[in-house]
Amino acid sequence: MSGRAQRFGDNVNTDYIIAAQHKAASLDVREMATHTFADIDPDFVSRVEPGDIVVAGRNFGCGSSRETAVHVLQALGVGAVLAQSFARIYFRNAINSGLPVFECDTSGIVQGDQLEIDQGRGIATNTSQGERLPITPLPPVMQAVLDAGGIVAYLRQHPDLTLPDLTAPGSTRADQPTTDTHPRGAVR
Amino acid sequence: MAQTITEQIFSRRVGHDVRPGDVVVAPVDFVFSHDGNRPQPLETFRSMGGVQVFDPSKVAMFLDHAPNVHTPAVAEMHRRMREFAEEQGITLFPAGRGISHQVLPEEGYALPGRIIVGSDSHTCTAGALNLLATGVGSTDLAVAMMLGKLWFKVPPTIRFQLEGALPVGVFSKDLVLHLIALVGVDGATYRAVEFHGPAIGGLGMDARMTVTNMAVEMGAKFGIMEADDVTRRWLRQRSLDDSGAVDSDPGAEYEAVHQVDAGALVPVVAEPPTPDRVRPAADLGGVAIQQATIGTSANGQLDDLRAAARVLEGHHFAPGVKVYITAASQRAYLAARREGLVDLFLDAGAVIGTPGCSGCTGASGFGVPADGETMITSANRNFIGRTGNSLAEIYLASPATVMASAIAGSITDPRPFLTPSRSVGAA
Repeated sequence: MSGRAQRFGDNVNTDYIIAAQHKAASLDVREMATHTFADIDPDFVSRVEPGDIVVAGRNFGCGSSRETAVHVLQALGVGAVLAQSFARIYFRNAINSGLPVFECDTSGIVQGDQLEIDQGRGIATNTSQGERLPITPLPPVMQAVLDAGGIVAYLRQHPDLTLPDLTAPGSTRADQPTTDTHPRGAVR
Repeated sequence: MAQTITEQIFSRRVGHDVRPGDVVVAPVDFVFSHDGNRPQPLETFRSMGGVQVFDPSKVAMFLDHAPNVHTPAVAEMHRRMREFAEEQGITLFPAGRGISHQVLPEEGYALPGRIIVGSDSHTCTAGALNLLATGVGSTDLAVAMMLGKLWFKVPPTIRFQLEGALPVGVFSKDLVLHLIALVGVDGATYRAVEFHGPAIGGLGMDARMTVTNMAVEMGAKFGIMEADDVTRRWLRQRSLDDSGAVDSDPGAEYEAVHQVDAGALVPVVAEPPTPDRVRPAADLGGVAIQQATIGTSANGQLDDLRAAARVLEGHHFAPGVKVYITAASQRAYLAARREGLVDLFLDAGAVIGTPGCSGCTGASGFGVPADGETMITSANRNFIGRTGNSLAEIYLASPATVMASAIAGSITDPRPFLTPSRSVGAA
């Protein structure tokens, strides 16, 4: 997939993606989507085009568990999210809903850069800057869910939640996209 | 093999020893959703072809996020949830009953050794009762509701060893804000965190739940405490079962251990817009406030209202400061009323909210600040726009610091209001 970068910083929480009062105002995700990122980037909704890729720094999607924060991006046609790291619940919600989310070194990507994501080869290419960025492979269980198009579709194929490759090497990361690749670790 | 609390509970529940990094499908003992979820898990449940929840006695719904039922959309959502609850034979806790995180223990669902998932990031609150509780989205919640199980990755554990005792005027909110500042807002992402030591032992259950509530503000999947004498007494007083209690094994492996002397801590506030921007309250005396909010799942329990009342007794609010106070649950509200705390707050001019999430997010229909205002709150998040207005600034603090600030009209260290010589009031 390819698209233009819509650039954000670190610790973009789900309140910033879609503030809570919009959930109380309407039950229609398309209506809610008109307020996406309104508090931190009021022009986002008028600027975003289908296929655009949201690019962020560390800890994207932290805060509340609201799955709407995934669905409003999908309603606007956002094709994927690339971030340095994701918060746990958002990461699961995105994959469950079929929104591709990938970890890679996003530090060199600026607003408007043209990006291409090759999931199969595990590479995001910043064609505007000629940079190739390895993306961290999804753990097998999440890759299988994403490949199915989300957990609803996955459960149609595996009604008892049978997981793939539970014993295979590399299956150890599951809902943990951030591993030792971030030397900062837990202690600062 | 020596195991942490998380590893032991997962091992026990899946029937074999697990290690951090393992992916397991584990049974869930309790599953809950609330009225803030969009989509509703019930909608996802139906789109998955769900017909009957796995066990109606283990599923509940809470109308807590919009307890004032202040928009047609909220009223419609509540109607759909009531219909689903009736159809499925599951318990629905109505608007005004309180926040899931407080009602869960009150109703005896949060028992040691259990695994609980809720469609709310602060589900980790229940870990104060020695169990695994974590927040998930609507879709995962719907899967758990349908199948009674969910896949998990067993997380590594970070241990906070909390020595000493909190000084007078320093509360568990100050402690957890300090810990969040220590590791950062993503310092425990994908980790379980265990809170141990005499500083925890000296806290009551209300205060403990403030700590586990905010584990997610450092990114954690679980916030857990052992079941000590305080926990067991709390459970026994309510005729609840403590037989599932689990402590970490000697020699259990932690990814990191942070030792903190709680006796050296001071009252703090978190500056906007993240909970890790923590500074001593005394350093921010120049910051004027126009609103003070007490309540939410972080600090809306009876002991929180008592602490606020102790600070308030004999004082009045600064001119121009609006004060909003909400008990986290109806039981806490009734108890506070019996102790005279509610009258004290009302006499001082506070507005009392409907028990539930009143005043926490802009979806609660309560206590929204005006453009350009600065508010201090006992809530857990100070993100831009969190309380419904992105042009307001939000500071986080303990209920005592919030109340002291309401009295002074600017951010204020509560300790002078809580010297041992002062009457302890209703507490």
